[in-house]
Amino acid sequence: MITIIDYNAGNIKSVQRACAEVGVEAIVTSDPTTVAGAEKIIFPGVGAAPSAMTYLKKTGLDEALKDAFNAEIPILGICLGAQIILKSSDEGNRKCLGLVPGKTVRFRLEDKLLKIPHMGWNEVTLVQPHPLLEGIQPGDEFYFVHSYYPQPADKKNIYAVSSHGTDFCCALGSRNLFATQFHPEKSGRLGLQLLERFARWDGTLTA
Amino acid sequence: MLSKRLVVCLDVRSGKLAKSIKFVDTKDIGDPITKARQYYEDGVDELVFYDITASRENRDIMIDFVEKVARQIFIPFSVGGGIRSVPDATKLRNAGAEKVNVNTAAVKRKELISEIAHAIGSQSTILSMDIRKVDPNKEMPSGYEIVINGGVTPTGIDALRWAKTGEELGAGELVINSIDADGTKDGYEINLTRMMADSVNIPVIASGGAGKPEHLYDVLTEGHADAALVASIVHYGEYTCRALKEYLHNRGIKIRMNY
Repeated sequence: MITIIDYNAGNIKSVQRACAEVGVEAIVTSDPTTVAGAEKIIFPGVGAAPSAMTYLKKTGLDEALKDAFNAEIPILGICLGAQIILKSSDEGNRKCLGLVPGKTVRFRLEDKLLKIPHMGWNEVTLVQPHPLLEGIQPGDEFYFVHSYYPQPADKKNIYAVSSHGTDFCCALGSRNLFATQFHPEKSGRLGLQLLERFARWDGTLTA
Repeated sequence: MLSKRLVVCLDVRSGKLAKSIKFVDTKDIGDPITKARQYYEDGVDELVFYDITASRENRDIMIDFVEKVARQIFIPFSVGGGIRSVPDATKLRNAGAEKVNVNTAAVKRKELISEIAHAIGSQSTILSMDIRKVDPNKEMPSGYEIVINGGVTPTGIDALRWAKTGEELGAGELVINSIDADGTKDGYEINLTRMMADSVNIPVIASGGAGKPEHLYDVLTEGHADAALVASIVHYGEYTCRALKEYLHNRGIKIRMNY
């Protein structure tokens, strides 16, 4: 059973539907106690980091997520969920959860033909293996919608990169936590495959 | 680098798939959800559903329809037709549509674009434009006019100026539909598409006129479009999404091939 965190940051139903498609039961909750005691957590979200952090703090979900991370519960962050697990965000200069060292930065593009938000299908290139990225081939594409991206301080936390004017981290992880800037729930078969792997993942890095 | 996109448009009338020729004489050609699923599995990058009846009474049917679609396809899709208010947009978005398209109602009251963009984000707000060629004049220097109400009512509004206004108000993407090319299968309106793509900083989806794979290639290269929208050439089985994408890929267009 997967627990999807609802923290008032966009449409989380699509993540729940994608879980159903791969035969995984998922509940949606904004109750910190449920989150801290979950078997597995998906931390999705679209929108702005400052308002999301404000909401997480107000509801106590920030502490519940930290507790879950320390309790070795497998966590999958998606999009905004891949950004606010870092220490801070340039968006509104905001302190974030700090589960992974680093910060979230905005695209600064010199090429005027490139657009922000970075929206559409783009190639994801593995830089080191991870159980959730198993089977991903060169040329595999995933769906992105974002203007900011995660920038882990330590290279060891970077698992995959993509390119939009600059190479940027699009999958990061630390121990039982893994997160993607792209949307697996909107990335067709390859995205569903990643969700399926997460549903089976025990949170360790050995295959 | 972002890939170019193949977009399939499904005109929906009371939950049934309809295809129009030059915006009149619509006929039903099947179940849109079955079709959508088929295109999804065949590698389409995005889907657009237009509610061509777009009546108030149809709102609930459409929301129910969007929920059903969202359970079947796991790529982005947008919905358009009769969206007149922020609640219209947010309901469709909450039902599972990644984006919403506004058209006629935005021409009648342009603030609708900024209101929707504020509520659900620019990236989810698409401005669709039905456009016809006219002789350039003082009011319409670009030589293209916006036509509303499903392509029947000319407005006297310059299409290029409207595209720029739409971008300023917060539209995150434009659908450029040429009424002259729609249904002809003679190719997209390349000049119109390129003029639009070169004048705005948001993605442009070219629509109307696709008959052969070359047409898609032309509009994605010469026409500077970010995405090519097709309808009848896939609805009637002339081409599959895969065949269209393979053609583009083989000619060097970056497009998603692994699915």
